[in-house]
Amino acid sequence: MQQVVGKPATKYDAFEKVTGQAQYIQDLTQPRMLWGKILRSSLPHARILNIDTSRAEKLPGVKAVLTARDLPRHKIGFGNDNEVLKGSKVRCVGDEIAAVAAVDEGTAQEALALIRVEFESLPGVFEPLLALSDPSVLVHEEKGSNLSISYQFMTDEKGVEAALDQAAVMLEDRFVLPFVTSAAMGTHGCMAAFRNGQLTMWSPTQVPFLYLHELSLALGIPGSRIRVIQPTIGGGFGAKLDMYPYEGACAHLAMVTGQPVKILFSREEEFQASRPRQPMLIDLVTASDREGRLLARKAKVICDNGAYNSWGSTTPFVGMQTVSSLYRVPNVRYEAQIVYTNNPYSGAMRGYGNPQHTFAVESHMDMLASKLGMDPLELRLLNANRSGDVTPQKMQITSCAFSETLRQAGENLGPLPSEQGKLRGKGLAGLIHVGGGARVYRSDGCGAVVKLDDMGRVVLLTGATDMGQGSDTVLAQIVAEVLGVEIKDVRIINNDTDLTPWDVGSHASRTTFIAGNAALLAAEKVRGELIAAAANSLQVAPESLILRNKRVCVDDNPERFIDLPKLIRSLHFREGGKVLVGEAFYDPPTEMQDQHFLGNVSVAYAFGAHGVEVEVDAGTGVIKVLGVTAAHDLGKAINPLGIQGQIEGGCAMGLGYALSEEMKVLEGRVINGNFLDYRLLTAVDVPEIKGIPVESEELAGPFGAKGIGESCCIPTAAAVANAVYAATGVRIKELPITPDKVLQGLNELRHVSGGQVP
Amino acid sequence: MVKISLIINAQPWEIQVEPDETLLDAIRGKVGLTGTKKGCDSGECGACTVIMNGRSVNSCLVLAVEADGQEITTIEGLSHGQELHPLQAAFISEGAVQCGFCTPGMIMSAKALLDSNPHPSEQQIRQGMAGNLCRCTGYGRIVAAVEKAAQLIGGDRLDATGSRQTGNQV
Repeated sequence: MQQVVGKPATKYDAFEKVTGQAQYIQDLTQPRMLWGKILRSSLPHARILNIDTSRAEKLPGVKAVLTARDLPRHKIGFGNDNEVLKGSKVRCVGDEIAAVAAVDEGTAQEALALIRVEFESLPGVFEPLLALSDPSVLVHEEKGSNLSISYQFMTDEKGVEAALDQAAVMLEDRFVLPFVTSAAMGTHGCMAAFRNGQLTMWSPTQVPFLYLHELSLALGIPGSRIRVIQPTIGGGFGAKLDMYPYEGACAHLAMVTGQPVKILFSREEEFQASRPRQPMLIDLVTASDREGRLLARKAKVICDNGAYNSWGSTTPFVGMQTVSSLYRVPNVRYEAQIVYTNNPYSGAMRGYGNPQHTFAVESHMDMLASKLGMDPLELRLLNANRSGDVTPQKMQITSCAFSETLRQAGENLGPLPSEQGKLRGKGLAGLIHVGGGARVYRSDGCGAVVKLDDMGRVVLLTGATDMGQGSDTVLAQIVAEVLGVEIKDVRIINNDTDLTPWDVGSHASRTTFIAGNAALLAAEKVRGELIAAAANSLQVAPESLILRNKRVCVDDNPERFIDLPKLIRSLHFREGGKVLVGEAFYDPPTEMQDQHFLGNVSVAYAFGAHGVEVEVDAGTGVIKVLGVTAAHDLGKAINPLGIQGQIEGGCAMGLGYALSEEMKVLEGRVINGNFLDYRLLTAVDVPEIKGIPVESEELAGPFGAKGIGESCCIPTAAAVANAVYAATGVRIKELPITPDKVLQGLNELRHVSGGQVP
Repeated sequence: MVKISLIINAQPWEIQVEPDETLLDAIRGKVGLTGTKKGCDSGECGACTVIMNGRSVNSCLVLAVEADGQEITTIEGLSHGQELHPLQAAFISEGAVQCGFCTPGMIMSAKALLDSNPHPSEQQIRQGMAGNLCRCTGYGRIVAAVEKAAQLIGGDRLDATGSRQTGNQV
């Protein structure tokens, strides 16, 4: 019987956060610290003819002004197509041209205004389809084309065509997904100090060790001279997976001035110059037999990459898995093209390509049900993945409670009793996502060290980053459970690369699973030593001992025990004594995909389903969400309180994607870069969200757990679209589902039905 | 520079501020209370909410000179030593905190709400918190926390003249 795992635990760092003591990057300072600012391009595409910094340099209080001439010309970013400061050409609004360090923020800002940049404006390309078909505007001339990367996955081609030929039903539709952005409440920022050849970088990165590596490449200094410290992170959601150009510039400013330098993003910069979710055009074909069994899927996807490759350009890895493996589908053809434009460049955002693809796939599932005259739940259950399945991409499904989540979320689907002018309906959508890590790098590992001192204090050093999601709490629970102590006895150190063992980073919903397993293994090593020593001291068999209430005691005779601190001291304070430290590195038994995109990248897969009930005003098209039921197969809920928060937050993000959020980009410029015009849902807009954890007990997971973080936002938008259809008969294939789109659909229906209000 | 006098968390302060300096920048930069957060600097996110003379305000929309002679409460003024205000305790116990960047502003808005309406309905709580954005929680746990705090404070009631009797206010 578990004492800590599976019980609600309050967030590890909540006390600091509710008292205002948590230190975010915005709150950090250093003696003699300078303020840095970045001069950004106001043009989406232009050649830089000349940069005159002389007036800025003369401004009292300015300590350094840097341009590309002052920096080593190392390429940065995924795909090595970006630079810290751009010297010859800008490719998007917000591109970094110069960096200033000054004694205060105002002076730095004033200095930016004194820098004169002579541009030769170039025509821009802002539509990916146009960028592909018309090579007259090239974002990167040396590449000869605007195609950055293309992906193709196919089962046997003849099989796909044959399946389409024999299909009883075939659907073919285009789904259109807009720019949205993470909009974490804590904006980006960093602080750099360079002392005696050593760089210390304070950054709210989600991936400290990859970040350190990228920083070393950008600066041309060895990674062994860089230390990364993460302050409390004000939300990440994927946007903090990149090492941003401004961070390289900040480090350079610290080097040349010899003083610490801090740069913070304004909210406006956050919109224009942090990495959004990539817009996509998805042409999807779905085919089934008469009974509703899926026969084939074909998807052709165009992704707006923006000006450079960030992680967004790799999201087809994930989207492809959704097309090939969400529901059993034997024949699949998937193509994606990542296209350079002069738009903001897309990065990672919770779900990593999956919300877009799930919107298309799950809209089609509903459309298929309606074409076949089937119940949408029954159609899904007929095709649902099951334990033991191997999907066309060779993903091996282990624990799987997909059908159970579909049933839980899919009660009473379809049109619901409506009042005059208020049309109600409920829609469903499911999901698959990695739940046991994701081998997208050669290592998918995480290190952990558990240390016990002579007073019984337990410290976990982990590489895993908590950006707010609550992994620190989960890891503390796991260690407390194994060592029989309270959560309060466990300290987590997780924010300093000098102290923590290596980890890939917080992405791919991998932290509970991977870092959890690493912490579990490290704690078990210490536990083994404690048990052996206690067995010796109590003269009993090791198997008869358990750790509970800070004691090692005999399982069937709790009167026979030894206190943990006493036991530790007995090991410590003696000749040949030792400190109790357990170390582990957990790298899951998975494989990278081969060049054909085949391979089991994750030990386990997460499943889930959202059921959404909406009310649509037939007169205005306004959609009100009445409720969300979100059932998630998460293996095991280690912290039910944290799970609830993840599910509710994910659903709210998914509802925003469905209904209100769109980063509007006009000729490369974000024109709604503020919270009045970019509408995040508020407390009034978010309905009751019923989160249902479904436990499938994943054998490879820590205490049976799988990842959940991203899953919570993946199927929501599709479920909303299906609910709107159930309520109104209007099928919306383009997000966000705004009242004007609904009204237009209603008017078309009225036209077809001769004036009858549906 | 202009000299202003104000009371912050029951402490009198005299500080020099620029004429265009916001109360938010003065609180964070001059007074050194960094619990109040800057999320947008334009009154849209609520992370900088403080209580000025009993009313919640976006401190990024108040000029420091406007706060001359006023009484301000920030997140740092709610707890006493290790003893948390019921709202702070409820935000912890109900799981209302994730990244925490919106939390101080949320708590200050909730305090202003409960001070004026000790027993709000769920809808009133949602309305009262609508000026505070959160990207992590979806608000459900936050609403639950405010409801719980209202119960914890519970002793508040109106006397015959309509003024509030505070029970166990911290």
